[in-house]
Amino acid sequence: MENSKRTFSIKGMHCASCVSVIERALKEVEGVFDAKVNLALETATVLYDSKNISDEKLSKAVSGVGYEVIFGKEIENQDEEKRKKEIELRQLLHKVFISLILGVLILWGTFPGLMDTAPEILKNFKIQFLLSLPVQFWIALPFYRATISALRHRTANMDTLITVGTSAAFSYSTFVTFFPKIIENIGIEPRPYFDVSTIIIGLILLGRYFEAKAKSGTSEAIKKLIGLQPKTARIVKGGKEIDISIEEVTIGSVIRVRPGGKIPVDGKILEGGSSVDESMITGESIPVDKALGDTVVGGTINKTGTFTYSATKIGKDTMLAQIIQMVAEAQGSKAPIQRLADIVSSYFVPIVIMLAIATFIIWFDFGPQPAFLFALLNSIAVLIIACPCAMGLATPTAIMVGTGKGAQSGILIKDAESLEKAHKINTIVFDKTGTLTIGKPEVTDVIGLERDEKEVLKLAGSLEKGSEHSLAEAIVTSTIEQRIVLSKAKKFKALVGLGVEGEVLGKKLSFGNRKLMANLGIDTNPFEAKIASLENEGKTVMILADGKRLAGLVVVADTLKPTAKEGVEALERLGIKVVMITGDNLRTAKAIAQKLGIEKILAEILPDQKEKEVRRLQFEGKTVAMVGDGINDAPALAAADIGIAMGTGTDVAIESSDITLINKDLKSIASAITLSRKTMRTIRLNLFWAFGYNAILIPVASGILYPFFGLLLNPIFASAAMALSSVSVVSNSLLLRRVKI
Amino acid sequence: MGSKIIVTILGFWGMVGVFWFFLIKKGGEVVINDSADIIVEGGYSPEVVVISKNKTTKINFIRKDENPCLEEVVLSDFKIRKTLPLNRKVTIEITPRKTGEFGYSCGMNMFHGKIIVR
Repeated sequence: MENSKRTFSIKGMHCASCVSVIERALKEVEGVFDAKVNLALETATVLYDSKNISDEKLSKAVSGVGYEVIFGKEIENQDEEKRKKEIELRQLLHKVFISLILGVLILWGTFPGLMDTAPEILKNFKIQFLLSLPVQFWIALPFYRATISALRHRTANMDTLITVGTSAAFSYSTFVTFFPKIIENIGIEPRPYFDVSTIIIGLILLGRYFEAKAKSGTSEAIKKLIGLQPKTARIVKGGKEIDISIEEVTIGSVIRVRPGGKIPVDGKILEGGSSVDESMITGESIPVDKALGDTVVGGTINKTGTFTYSATKIGKDTMLAQIIQMVAEAQGSKAPIQRLADIVSSYFVPIVIMLAIATFIIWFDFGPQPAFLFALLNSIAVLIIACPCAMGLATPTAIMVGTGKGAQSGILIKDAESLEKAHKINTIVFDKTGTLTIGKPEVTDVIGLERDEKEVLKLAGSLEKGSEHSLAEAIVTSTIEQRIVLSKAKKFKALVGLGVEGEVLGKKLSFGNRKLMANLGIDTNPFEAKIASLENEGKTVMILADGKRLAGLVVVADTLKPTAKEGVEALERLGIKVVMITGDNLRTAKAIAQKLGIEKILAEILPDQKEKEVRRLQFEGKTVAMVGDGINDAPALAAADIGIAMGTGTDVAIESSDITLINKDLKSIASAITLSRKTMRTIRLNLFWAFGYNAILIPVASGILYPFFGLLLNPIFASAAMALSSVSVVSNSLLLRRVKI
Repeated sequence: MGSKIIVTILGFWGMVGVFWFFLIKKGGEVVINDSADIIVEGGYSPEVVVISKNKTTKINFIRKDENPCLEEVVLSDFKIRKTLPLNRKVTIEITPRKTGEFGYSCGMNMFHGKIIVR
């Protein structure tokens, strides 16, 4: 037995009785444990034994009672939630209209000047009472419910303020309506304020409607990423092609991708080729050519060709799943700038209630006549105008939009703290190899001294065969290209930051940089002019010594990334100092830096010293970002204020980095910093607005301007301001979606 | 005059009452072994949970309150932001690596709870 739960659409439902009929029919099917039908969503959710129950059985049960099941349009939880939300919002809008229409009718019958044009019936207090009843006790019911359940936890929130404020206005008005004489006897004109209570409720709900609409936009980016996940895969098995659900794909499954098709999971091409649109993952708009042996990423779209590939990563291990996880984590984290707002908002509502009481006392004791009415209306205005939501929303909404916007451009930000820190960066350290350069050096020159060039390459290649250094790989590749047969090296030893040594064909060889030669006491002067001229071209020169004698030079050069120069320029335009760090000697490093327009170079730095150099820059008072690509950089990436991992970097780099750039475009670094700066500007503006709004308007609502200008804030205007405040904070965050990065 | 004195005294005690009721409160701690349900209704019940360091604990949030304020829960120290659909169990798994007190809140930071790691 295998318990499964699924939700599917049902066609033909029109009333509540349909619900029980369908539920009963489904529950009667043997193997169905539970069935719940939702009339609003027109769906049924069934808990059943999937081993013994087929789609047909479920369909038959439903069609037997006169309805139709649509399995093809199965509703996933997310879609279901979305539809529920839409229905909720529609209902909310209806409530807004009802309360505002009733509120305006009451206002027409009570507002001085306007009431002369109103029909007599609207001027009747009891009619006004009846008109306000549904708003106060039906439409505003969620406010009451929320208040009561919050009070049980000794907590107060927005709903508490609205409930207290509107209930005070409604209760006083009801008393005036039914006992006008008592009010008259204490010298107050009997006038109810049902218009205040109803219009406040309508406007607050209108604000909530807009806020909910806007808020759903803040998570749009992650929803889009989730939407990229394909649902099926076409696998090739036993010469046949069959479509299976994505969950059934296993590592090693052979998958066929046709033109225009979505690539289901990550894998390696086995046959055929194509160009693939990876823009949804990397942000790079130009399709990437893929051929035999190339990796493909799930969620990207095949353009023209067709190919088969073997699945290498599935489920939560795919790149897309990891990106979604990373964005979700970033959106769940908190920026340090939010701390103050957190502290304020945790005390805010109780303090506002206390301020409202204080307002009441002051107006009652010192206000003009009728003091009670001034006290009542001003304390209601204080309760209604206070907007704790704006403070709570100011930072997270901007973080959500900012991190989402980054992900869409191939910039993954680890958390809100990293996003915040990145805007302070004033120095960026680039690791040269693999970051500014492609990282695949090639042998450009071989120079022999007293021996053949091929022999120099053979000896160097034989020695480097066992090395893992990227330069070694270049030399070995070159020997393969020239069909040089390599010999076995004995007593091989890698000397970090210097080179390698070992024995080949009975010769004791050393191969590396000048430092290594100096350590061995070998004079490199005969080669110095040649070495210098090669290094001035940005090439790395490695010296081969046979015993204590110079044998030759092997020259290797790495190609600069096409976007390296533009990337550096973009950073300098942002006012950021660019530093290049490399293990190369100063002359080679200088030549490369010159090509890129980089002034500051840290050359001849051993891999394990990179971290120290980063810390030294920090000690000088700089806020440092380190850009690297992999394992060697991990400690430096972690030491920097912001570690940026480039390209499709290794897991280690991603782990130790704060920002991961999925694409290989170096301009993305400037984009990431621009995004951080713009997000921080939005957050500051939001916080300034949220704090400023409450700090200015709460005193105004309490009547602080009355002694000087005779100005008071009508509670209706207070509710309009309140409705606008949180909407404007969320809308301001949404503007981030449009910024150019 | 008498009414003014009465209103002032009542108002003053009202403010004291509000301060005491909302700001001076101590919630009881609930120790969780493997998993626990937190009911989201006008706040979080239990509000303070105690879990163990280096142990994976499942916390099930069940929102019973339709107040939109509570539709998200944010455990920022664990980098978790989850939408809580009404009346549906949403399970969060956490494996804390350090001890301490970690607050969590609703999406708008109005309602608060605490996870104590020991």
